[in-house]
Amino acid sequence: MAMLAEEIRALILEALPNSEVTIEDLRGDGDHYSCHIRSKAFAGKTRVQQHKIVYEALGGRMGNQLHALAIQTTPIEE
Amino acid sequence: MLDDQTKSRIESEINSQDVVLFMKGTPVFPQCGFSAAVVGVLTHLNVPFRGVNVLEDDAVREGIKVFTDWPTIPQLYVKGEFVGGCDIIREMYETGELTEMFNTRGIDAAPQALNS
Repeated sequence: MAMLAEEIRALILEALPNSEVTIEDLRGDGDHYSCHIRSKAFAGKTRVQQHKIVYEALGGRMGNQLHALAIQTTPIEE
Repeated sequence: MLDDQTKSRIESEINSQDVVLFMKGTPVFPQCGFSAAVVGVLTHLNVPFRGVNVLEDDAVREGIKVFTDWPTIPQLYVKGEFVGGCDIIREMYETGELTEMFNTRGIDAAPQALNS
């Protein structure tokens, strides 16, 4: 079952409060999104670490319900 | 879970060449858009690499996700180190960091084309 953009946003904001989340539905099929997250939680972290934080926020859905979610992360410096 | 046999198989693949891409399909016939995108970037940078087709072996397909602690395919390894999946490779390519990373690890990579 695909996921809605709002569900993705809620999961990310729950794990990363005070971050900015923009989601774009690339194909309107609930399965191909691109998501840009700006967060202080990324400061000083490598890209791999930043993306892992997002995957953790999504609680194991990445690669399962969420097949195609393109992620871009930007640290907000203190 | 990752059994020892799969783990050592993955390790030998990772150490078999400087640049190893765990992907769906083969470099000549990628069978997933994300895998094809990374193949495209590596080809564009003229970086020789070895493609490991995870579709041929479910143990490796699932095992590599546990091994790297990364939930998706493709996965790019350079000199034994995980660099990223499609999003990260694409972003590094666009900023020129990918070429820089290869060069600093002693791997020749064509300069990233001007914003083509």
